[in-house]
Amino acid sequence: MGRPGWTLWVVVVLIGDSLAGPYRPDAEPGPLETNNIEELEVPPELDGAMSDAELVPHHYPAQRAAKVAVHYLNTRHASPYSCIELNRVHKASLEDLGQAGKKYRLQISLKECVSNTDLGQCLAEVLFPGEQEQRAPQVQCSCEGLKKLNNRAEEDALFQRLNTSNSPLSGSNIPDSYGNIAPEMKPMWHLGAAAASFVMLKESNESTLYNMAQVANFTQLETENDQLRFKYHILLHDMISQEILHWKLLVAWSPAGGVSVPQADWEPKCHHCELPLAKSTPEATKPSSAS
Amino acid sequence: MESPVVAVLILVLLSGQSVTGRVLKQIVEPRKYDYTKYHPLSEITAWMKQIETENPGVVSTTIYGKSYENRDIAFLKIGLNSAENKKAIWMDCGIHAREWISPAFCQYFVKEILHTYKTDAKVEEMLKNLDFYVTPVLNVDGYTYTWKDNTTRLWRKNRSPPSTATCNCTGIDLNRNYDAVWGTFGVSTNCCSILYPGPKANSEHETRAVVDFVGARSKDILCFLTIHSYGQMILFPYGHPHIKDPNHDELTAVVKNAGQAIKAVHGMDYIVGALAEALYPAGGTSMDWARLIGIPFSFTFELRDKGEHAFELPENQIQPTCEEAYEGARSIITYVHDKTFHNITTLPNAATTLMATMWTVLLTLCLSSASLL
Repeated sequence: MGRPGWTLWVVVVLIGDSLAGPYRPDAEPGPLETNNIEELEVPPELDGAMSDAELVPHHYPAQRAAKVAVHYLNTRHASPYSCIELNRVHKASLEDLGQAGKKYRLQISLKECVSNTDLGQCLAEVLFPGEQEQRAPQVQCSCEGLKKLNNRAEEDALFQRLNTSNSPLSGSNIPDSYGNIAPEMKPMWHLGAAAASFVMLKESNESTLYNMAQVANFTQLETENDQLRFKYHILLHDMISQEILHWKLLVAWSPAGGVSVPQADWEPKCHHCELPLAKSTPEATKPSSAS
Repeated sequence: MESPVVAVLILVLLSGQSVTGRVLKQIVEPRKYDYTKYHPLSEITAWMKQIETENPGVVSTTIYGKSYENRDIAFLKIGLNSAENKKAIWMDCGIHAREWISPAFCQYFVKEILHTYKTDAKVEEMLKNLDFYVTPVLNVDGYTYTWKDNTTRLWRKNRSPPSTATCNCTGIDLNRNYDAVWGTFGVSTNCCSILYPGPKANSEHETRAVVDFVGARSKDILCFLTIHSYGQMILFPYGHPHIKDPNHDELTAVVKNAGQAIKAVHGMDYIVGALAEALYPAGGTSMDWARLIGIPFSFTFELRDKGEHAFELPENQIQPTCEEAYEGARSIITYVHDKTFHNITTLPNAATTLMATMWTVLLTLCLSSASLL
């Protein structure tokens, strides 16, 4: 090749490289390993449906749907000694099912919040029902790393201690204004968050993003059916409306049975007082998120 | 008195085990401000005076407005060889009362640049070319209210009284009160809502303080930074979903770079992007207003965490949060400074592209010459 040939080659390479776009050192990870993940079954009625619209993973529609998947996982796996948090959304797509609602398909990675360890990746499907139906989102997940969650020894010890104690445990303002949590209150805080996940899952839609802001207070009740029971007053924060929502929960837990929430009541905001919440007001209505 | 008794007494007093001892300690040692704790407004105000006293010629405080409850709204002006029409960076913290990590960051930021400019040539250069206007607490009434007791800790708005006869709730969301497509998205007309933007744009004392000062100097202010929590994000305009910033691509590169600078400190991921895409549509934000009056670089920081503690971030996370946010802010400020004073707009990302290009060329040349042989 003569000199002009070399020059042409160099020019072609340079043009090609600049067209390829900037180097992204934190590029998306490679294709998900499917070895350990069961294939999600596609219901027959959706087979052959319209192809999904690709979503930007770090934009809010995918992020909100991912949060719902995490709430779902926490209802099944969280405990006084473990909780699941979203690490990242890697891929996301949205399928509009018309009256049936909106289905998000997500590839997410998770972290265990207490130990701050990696929990690997999940394929999640989050279906927000259509306007007509006032139902909770429907979630399905295939996750590779959740078997790692095992705090049975600590849970058993806590269960024993609380079950045999003479004085029922109670606490308030967890965390306190400075973000501090007494060590003995940490499991109760995590239990509150696990219980809160049930409410946050049920209340979620495409215009919400819930986190638990605080355990206002909790009190231990009589053990029933080999399950510890508690009254919890929790504060949820919805990032979209920015509101703080008060919920009173009845929470049941045992290491074998996991966490359940037999009763959950929303406490309407008292607009006319800055004091601790009074009883429900007659004009109480469910909060609706601001657009 | 016998000398051993005197010695013991002095030891007790100086050890701070008594009130007298503590008082003596204050006199003997210079007052050490604890940047790893949250401070009420009175302590922050005293700290501002202290910083001004300790850094004559470099720091001055100015009261540039009054809140509804008649408290001072003040900034620290920091710069070397300050002059009229000197270019400047604006930073405000605590526009939302419950976001306590935000004022903590402003205080840390001030401390850091004052502690490092004598040894860090870049910081010194930036202080020579730029003035920094830092408001540690903008929503002074709201912030004070969150310190009242357990039930007020999660207040967000200011403390303006009910503005209409028909709605009987206190407070306006200051970050919806600016004249930037005001009253459109992400607001509620119900005055009891936490997103109530006020009866009209600029209705609030706290808003007008910023608008009057920044508005009068918009030609000289290169960068507008407003600090919030929580969420771990760096956002740029617009909150209005149908307006795209003309320098969208440049801003994307700048915040990506800042996100990487943050991650390099403690490994934390911050999501970066335009407000309307990354978080939610919102009208009337201070960030959008700053951009609309012509300030080219306007950013919102959402500091730690991602919802685990939410607004009640533990004090043991103040230091690491401030360290990473400082690097993020510094990377943005450095870019803005270098673009203005040195005409440099390459970012570490762009430099890597150049290297990748050069290596590709080299490899291609080698392979081509090999195939020729």
